[in-house]
Formats: sequence, structure tokens, C-alpha cells
Amino acid sequence: MTDWIDACATDEIDEEDVIRFDHAGRTYAIYHSPDGEFFCTDGLCTHEQVHLAEGLVMDHVIECPKHNGQFDYRTGEAKRAPVCVNLATYPTRVEGGRVQIKVS
Amino acid sequence: MRNYSLIGPDAERAVAAGLAAADWYHSDIPRKEMKALMAREDGPAIRDTAVLYGAMILFAGLGTWLWPSLWSAPFWLAYGVLYGSASDSRWHECGHGTAFRTAWMNNAVYHIASFMIVRNPVTWRWSHARHHTDTIIVGRDPEIAVMRPPAALRLLSNFFGLADAWAGWRRMLLNASGRLAPEEATFIPESDRPKVVAVARVWVLIYAATIALALWTGSILPLMVIGLPRLYGAWHHVMTGLLQHGGLADNVIDHRLNSRTVYMNPISRFIYWNMNYHIEHHMFPMVPYHRLPDLHERIRGDLPVPTPSIWAGYREMLPVLMRQLRGEELFLKRALPATARPYREELHLASGQPAE
Repeated sequence: MTDWIDACATDEIDEEDVIRFDHAGRTYAIYHSPDGEFFCTDGLCTHEQVHLAEGLVMDHVIECPKHNGQFDYRTGEAKRAPVCVNLATYPTRVEGGRVQIKVS
Repeated sequence: MRNYSLIGPDAERAVAAGLAAADWYHSDIPRKEMKALMAREDGPAIRDTAVLYGAMILFAGLGTWLWPSLWSAPFWLAYGVLYGSASDSRWHECGHGTAFRTAWMNNAVYHIASFMIVRNPVTWRWSHARHHTDTIIVGRDPEIAVMRPPAALRLLSNFFGLADAWAGWRRMLLNASGRLAPEEATFIPESDRPKVVAVARVWVLIYAATIALALWTGSILPLMVIGLPRLYGAWHHVMTGLLQHGGLADNVIDHRLNSRTVYMNPISRFIYWNMNYHIEHHMFPMVPYHRLPDLHERIRGDLPVPTPSIWAGYREMLPVLMRQLRGEELFLKRALPATARPYREELHLASGQPAE
């Protein structure tokens, strides 16, 4: 069963930035894109389990703070070594000024 | 006795001790400030790259024009340092992807610099990722330049590229034959191995063409431009590189203990692309080279006092290396200012005794 989970207020994330969101023993990264959309991925880099929320968002790319590997956070696609494995992504929606994510 | 092999007993010990992929110390910086420090731009690296390649063309042109007169020597020496030493820092920074904002610019300079410094761009991207995960962890870090005890002859010969460049060329020939060294297989994923071989084969073609031109013209001049400057221009990157971690702690998880920040003159900083701020770089590898001085000012209260010059760096490092050569189990430990968060001594017992 999957439910929408309240994650944060829309104004808690600057445009072209990311925050960490922990829920039910898992960690996620929630992104605010330069064009105002919100996205959600797993929170840890698939290379060495580093929190992506400490990394740098450039356009639609998140760069890992440890080894500079890059993902497209809209699709989870690994874009630059040393990351090779794609990130899991999750649906998001905005309801009443709150960002919600749908995780299984 | 330490065993630096990535497939040896110290590698297993490091994993068992929790030193592999550990949680390292970081100075506190608010997110907004960190974002500003990490921000990418193309301008500074375009400027520096234009100056670098422009100077290389100028010096090689003057050296060729004056060849074989001795008057050409100063120009070859200058060209050599840019080829054999500045390529080290360009390889490094563009490998991180932080020099330029635009990806293809990073990649282009990365591949050119990798060729000059004779480091396979695929292999060494993975090697350097491991260096950042497990900095100076014995058995895990493939880029430990100064071991314990120091391999003195190897270190000295590297001022002329005699160990590293030859190793790079031998590895190039091995890779070009379609094979990888056993240690390479520990950190290069299967998917990237064909790229290692492909790059090595392109390099072999470039060197073969250069050697053929030298034979055809009956002159070593083509090799003065391609290949030999990796030897006669290596001294600067070795001089600065040994200071990065030399004589400091190993098997610790705090970059303030195993890395050294050194104030340097502007020419060395241009050649080295600000990697003299080495604690700062390791603690925050997302920060581009041109923002490292700002990062240094921001966190210097949490770091050991910087070494004031290259000369001072060697004066503090060499006596420790000499004692390590005699078999003493010690390292140089710099004091923290009163404003800094203290070292967690209980995590760092494996490094031996502080030298002072």
C-alpha cells in the first residue's frame, strides 16, 4: 500500500536546492528545481551511501558531495562517474503549500 | 610493517577496524554559505586554461625556434613545468568536475591533462574517488605518495618522473594489450574497463607517431614537445604534492590530521590550482579551486595553523620522514587553535606517536 506523505513546506527548499527528509527508517532527498517543480529521490548516493542533501543542485542535476558523481534527479539517471547505478525516484505533489511524496 | 597493497592484509584490517568508507570529520558551515562556496562558473577556469595553453604554445614555440642552441633551455624548462606539473592539478580539478561549470570543458581539459601526466583518465578517476573515500588509509588508498617508511629513492626519482611516469607508460602498454593490473580490478567497475583499454590504445598511437617523427627527422625535438616534459618538468608537482600528506598521520578519519594546508607564492598556486589548501579540499571536495581561499578563511579557526611556505613545509616534514626511515613509528601532529573542535584521539590510535 502506498500513501502520500507530508514532507515539508514548499518554502523550506530554495529553488535549485535540496533537503533531506527521513521517514520510516529511510532517508530521501527532496529537490526544488529552477523551474519551480519538486522531485524526490532516495537520499543516499548509490556509489558510497553519502547523503545527497549535502550536495550541489545545478539545473536538474544533483552532485554528490563526496566524489562529485551526478544524477538527473528528475529520472534518477546516473550521469557522471563514479556513480553507475541509477537513483530510485518517487512521485511528488504540492497540496496546500506542502510537498508530499509517495513512497511504498 | 605497513602493507600498502590494496589486496593485502592491511586492506582487510582497515575494513575490520571501520576505517573504510568511514564518517569523516567536517567543519560546520551553514548550508547557504556552503552553497555559495560550491557554486560553479566557467570564467576563472577559461581564463586560467587560456593562460596555460597560451604559455605552453609560446614556450614550446620559442624552444623549437632556438633549438638546438642552449638558449632554448629556459623555454623548455618553463614548458616542461606547465606540461609535467600543471597537468597534475588540471587532471585533478577537472577529474572532480569542479573547475568549469560546463561538463564538456571539464572533460576536455581532463583528457588532455591525463595524457600529459600519463594517468589513464578512466583508471585514475576511480583511483582518486577511493583516495577521497579512504584518504591515507593503509591498504585502501591507492594514492599514498609518502609511505611509512618512505621509499626515499622512489620519491627522489619522481622529481624527474623516473618512477611514476615509467610506471604510467608500462601500465599504458599493459592496458593497450587489453589487460588490467590486478589492483586496478579492485576499484574499476566492469562497465568502465573497455574504456581503460581504448584510451591506452589511443595514447600508444600518439606516442608511436611522435617517436616515428623523431626517427624520421633524426632529432629528439618531437619528444621534447610530447613525452619528455613529463620527466624534465615533473619536479614542481612532486615538490608540492609531497606536502599534501607527507609526514602526517595515517589511518585517521580527520583530514586535519592527515592533510596539510601550505601558503604558497602566486606562480606555484597557478601551477597547482590552489591545491595548497589541501585540508579544505579534502573536507569539501565540491568547492572549486578558485573558491578554496574563501573556504580557507571561513574555516581556518577550526584547522591547524597553515604551514607558512613550501620551504617551511619541507623543514617540518623532512625530519619526521628521516625518523620514519630509521623505523620510528611516529607522525607530525599539528596543534589546533583554541577555536577548533578537538581531535577525537580515541579514533586515531592506529597512527603511532606524535613526533612532538
